[in-house]
Amino acid sequence: MAEIIKKATRESFGEALCEFAETNKDVVVFDADLAAATKTSIFQKAFPDRFFDCGIAEENMIGVAAGMAASGKIPVAASFAMFATGRAFEQIRNSVAYPCLNVKIAGSHAGISTGEDGATHQCIEDIGIMRAIPNMMVLNPADHWEMKAATKAALEYDGPVYIRLGRLAIDSFNDPETYEFELGKGITLHEGNDVAVIATGLVVNEAIKAVKELEAEGISARLINIHTIKPIDRDIIIKAAKETGRIITVEEHNVIGGLADAVSEVVTAECPVKISRIGVQDCFGYSGPAWELLDLFGLTQPHIARVIREVVNEK
Amino acid sequence: MDSSEIKQLRILATKSRIGAILGTFHAKSGHPGGSLSAADLFTYLYYKELNVDPRNPQWEDRDRFVLSKGHCCPSLYAVLAMKGFFDWDELTNLRHVGSMLQGHPDMNKTPGVDMSTGSLGQGVSSACGMALAAKLDRKDYRVYTLLGDGEVEEGQVWEAAMFASHNNLDNLVVMVDQNGLQIDGTVDDVAGIEPLDKKFEAFGFEVFKIDGHDFEQIKDALDKAKTVKGKPTAILCRTVKGKGVSFMENQVGWHGVAPNKEQFELATAELEAQLKKLEGEC
Repeated sequence: MAEIIKKATRESFGEALCEFAETNKDVVVFDADLAAATKTSIFQKAFPDRFFDCGIAEENMIGVAAGMAASGKIPVAASFAMFATGRAFEQIRNSVAYPCLNVKIAGSHAGISTGEDGATHQCIEDIGIMRAIPNMMVLNPADHWEMKAATKAALEYDGPVYIRLGRLAIDSFNDPETYEFELGKGITLHEGNDVAVIATGLVVNEAIKAVKELEAEGISARLINIHTIKPIDRDIIIKAAKETGRIITVEEHNVIGGLADAVSEVVTAECPVKISRIGVQDCFGYSGPAWELLDLFGLTQPHIARVIREVVNEK
Repeated sequence: MDSSEIKQLRILATKSRIGAILGTFHAKSGHPGGSLSAADLFTYLYYKELNVDPRNPQWEDRDRFVLSKGHCCPSLYAVLAMKGFFDWDELTNLRHVGSMLQGHPDMNKTPGVDMSTGSLGQGVSSACGMALAAKLDRKDYRVYTLLGDGEVEEGQVWEAAMFASHNNLDNLVVMVDQNGLQIDGTVDDVAGIEPLDKKFEAFGFEVFKIDGHDFEQIKDALDKAKTVKGKPTAILCRTVKGKGVSFMENQVGWHGVAPNKEQFELATAELEAQLKKLEGEC
């Protein structure tokens, strides 16, 4: 069992940026007055000449990044998920994705685990917004090791990528010795045939705990971690639908537009099975400590376990 | 520039206007008004100012031009065709399915187009990114962008203006095609952007105000811009929307409407007559 590292994925992202930039001089980083929060400050400290604070002006930041990419650089533009994908949506759509420029957009403080800042800062739509744009790849890594690998892969990939970062420090569950990351490939974390739980991002670890809890009760749940929401791993989803006949999705995002819809799109076309959607049920969040909110929104181990139990008993 | 050089530029600009009318007529859509107001600026930029190579459009060290007011591409396309980036005949495919000439500029489809634009206010930020990239790479290419005067109503333009002066982008020239008209009426009536010179000055720009149809003034401002150090330049170009076609000049209605066959023939005849007169003087 690998050592557990408790770290927010935004921090893992900042570290990975630095590691990659050591050998790749084309990486430039932009932030919109949130460097300390998005952790691009780690890069800023290491490479001050390649870091540009654009001020509180996300639309321009994305445009500048597009111009940089058009000139051969590998720009990374970071802000809170809310402002990166919300305020600057159309700049991302028209200046980055349409010309298919090599810009990486990092959205931090995604989901309700942003906590005390409340609904205005808790972005629950970013995956849906980014997923709907042609040419855009969408990544939502689940722990420290996955974020480091995903960041590196995103920087090596030539094209627009949105990568979702969390504020909350969470436990790692992957083992760096054996962990393998491949863009577009889901990872089966636990085998089982009673039901397939498909999870993404910060809540994957909660799903792991739930599945293990149920194993003791004799329920065999398959658990799949989807770190690349677009392009999604169709094969792993179809196989799960066929072999288990029942799917539960788990995400810290609105159930409209995110993982639930992405999985549904595959399943309804290829192998229709019932899907239960654990996530934010099309409502806004509110202020509170992150773990209290995750619990209230049904995104923690006991709630996930309850849904799995209900689904299996219903079968 | 001597008088024969200026005459040559006027000939080329008139041809680009003919191309813009030709393209929008065949497309049965497009934006003749602004294409005609900006034609002299495109002509000067591509024939006198920009260091570009039509045989190698992606040349790393080229000067860049970003048409932030992307809808005015018909006359830009005509200039690019005359420069040899692609065939003049392509202009008749403007806005057609499968055409390399999209309704708004597409850097991946059209040789010579440096940035995909069309959504107003965005090109100026991209131009800032290119200018910053030149600084980082210690390259001496320069970046030019052209905005509409209605376009400066977009907030992003001013975010970009702050960024440009904050980062001392003296290799960036922001030109504004001030034809005074936008879709809903005159710029003064719709939004009121003046005093535009003072706005750009307040945002840290060196500002020049010129007649955007006078090649000597265009040259003078662009030459002076090269001597400006430590800050970006804005050149406010007073122009006539629809310039060169009598019935389109200063008419709001010609912003985004293509000429019908009769209007096409009338406009082309007017421009051909101007061309003939200019060529006769040579």
